[in-house]
Amino acid sequence: MQAATKVTERTATAASGSPITILAFAGDIASTSKDAMMEAYHGLGASVSKVLLDFTAVDYINSSGIAIIIQMLLEASRAGGRTIAIFGLTPHFNKVFTMVGVAKYASMSPDEPTALATL
Amino acid sequence: MRSGSNVEVCLPSELGFEKVALSTAASMATLMGFSADRVEDLKTAVAEACINAIEHGNRLSDTLSVSIVLSTTDDQLEIKVLDHGSGVSKHPESPDIDRKMHGDEDPRGMGMFLIQALVDEAEWYQGPPGKSFVRLVIRLDKENK
Repeated sequence: MQAATKVTERTATAASGSPITILAFAGDIASTSKDAMMEAYHGLGASVSKVLLDFTAVDYINSSGIAIIIQMLLEASRAGGRTIAIFGLTPHFNKVFTMVGVAKYASMSPDEPTALATL
Repeated sequence: MRSGSNVEVCLPSELGFEKVALSTAASMATLMGFSADRVEDLKTAVAEACINAIEHGNRLSDTLSVSIVLSTTDDQLEIKVLDHGSGVSKHPESPDIDRKMHGDEDPRGMGMFLIQALVDEAEWYQGPPGKSFVRLVIRLDKENK
């Protein structure tokens, strides 16, 4: 019943000139999203050091979905040297992510240009 | 919308159907005059309450349903989400992101915290099968405060 989560990967260049990998999500972010999201994350090359998560095309996120993002942050932290940042959340989900503490471990920007400028 | 209006929604115990309940709640809250921000808060709270009922109360059983009863008064919207579990006895705890990030706490387990944080009242009641519920309330007098 949950809308499938689509994940697309693209690259961009940060203001600093370093390459950035962007994982763009579309559809629902819920427990059923875990395979699609984590497979995309695990498919990133070991040399990828900066990852942006794009939620611009997402309009439903629940706590199970946030847990998947925390799992991603946890794996990045354990791997060391990989930074994950977030952009494109609605103001509501920006608030929710802040409430549960995600903002402590991932910077959150309103849009892609702003996010790229911070990396 | 008349004060005292009631709407009931019955959901199968399948994840994803919580969106039917949150859409209904959002429609009623909008009709009552709640701001868009508060409607978004309510949508997340109702979704989390339904997910808990589906997953933990009814254990995803295809023979059990989740009931949502939405009731209005002049100044508040009350939502009860009923399931067939034994109810919740513990108080919602704030998630500890540091513990989660160190693998010492399950990354999940944020639903009850979000429910309590996003509505004006949230109470959990234990009862016999089909009678355990969480009661959520949002009040119009909290608007713009």
